[in-house]
Amino acid sequence: MNTEPATPAEDFQIHPLSGAAARPGRQLSAPLSAELAATLAAAPAGAASVRAVDLRVPLLEKNDILAERNRGYFLGRGLAALNLVSSPGAGKTTLLERTLDEFGRQTRCAVVVGDLETDNDGMRLHRPHAPVAQITTGGTCHLDASMIARGVESLDLEGVKVLFIENVGNLVCPASFDLGERVRVVLLSTTEGEDKPLKYPPIFKSADLVLLTKVDVADALGFRRDLAVANIQRIAPQARLIQLSTRSGEGIAEWYDFLRGLLPPR
Amino acid sequence: MHEVGIMESAIDAVLHQARVHQAQRVHRIVLRIGTLAGVEPDALRFAFDVVTHGTVAAGAELAIESVPARARCAACAADFTITTGFIATCPRCGQLSGDLRSGRELELARIEMS
Repeated sequence: MNTEPATPAEDFQIHPLSGAAARPGRQLSAPLSAELAATLAAAPAGAASVRAVDLRVPLLEKNDILAERNRGYFLGRGLAALNLVSSPGAGKTTLLERTLDEFGRQTRCAVVVGDLETDNDGMRLHRPHAPVAQITTGGTCHLDASMIARGVESLDLEGVKVLFIENVGNLVCPASFDLGERVRVVLLSTTEGEDKPLKYPPIFKSADLVLLTKVDVADALGFRRDLAVANIQRIAPQARLIQLSTRSGEGIAEWYDFLRGLLPPR
Repeated sequence: MHEVGIMESAIDAVLHQARVHQAQRVHRIVLRIGTLAGVEPDALRFAFDVVTHGTVAAGAELAIESVPARARCAACAADFTITTGFIATCPRCGQLSGDLRSGRELELARIEMS
């Protein structure tokens, strides 16, 4: 429980690249926990002996509260938010480029993309029809809910139905940070090992959807798709699985169908 | 090393409680960490020493309680404790379960202070 408003990492910055909001968006109020803290502060102070206080405070309470706020905000706007997580180089940006060019022409999409440094990915995703904000975390190994709140504030979300959050390339740390997304998408590419799900289980355990990417080069690489699929299913039986290649187009229609399934009924 | 960030957040909460209770010193802190939380207790301990330095919680004992992972088997309609790492296999019928009921906890459970 903490009364201070959540502050992002020091070097954290937002760079709206296209479709910036015409005026500043909503302001964040103090966390809900301030109310609880005030209640506790009103309690009489005890004697100087050792006292034990039993609590159930989530260690990431600040992040969890902001994540719930984001979720409510997205829900209120009828916006489906997807959090894309993978190792660096698994094909998140390439998949989003194609998705914006095809799916994004029918359904308005926005992107918040995180990296430690540079706006290279934001520039790659830059499209006149899609608002994009690049977040540089300045060294932090994951995106957190406050970064998303501010990144989203910087964008014009008018008419946007799908928000893609491209997380920092990292299979470990993003697992612990809820961003308020509706769907957590974990990507595994055929240029990685078939046993990645066994080596990095927490992130796969938290996945709603697993994308096996770059399947067009699987045979050339000697990558055993059946083995990878079995490993994914052992660790993440809760997750839907789509095998695709952004280059050849295999599985892309299934990915778009999945996205369409997230849209509110007309 | 997201353990440092998690521990910073935990110590913020501890120091807040210490202020609320006008405590001069924090003696013991108990955390509850799920076995599938993806957080290393050793890394948490290391981070604890770093982030408590120079605070009323410096030198406090850090106790970490492990919360076993449990899942529900849809076929048996019963919960079971996962003993096979991250692979949740029902001990009765052998089916895999994706319905995790506990094991991801990251909680501050108790503070002892004076």
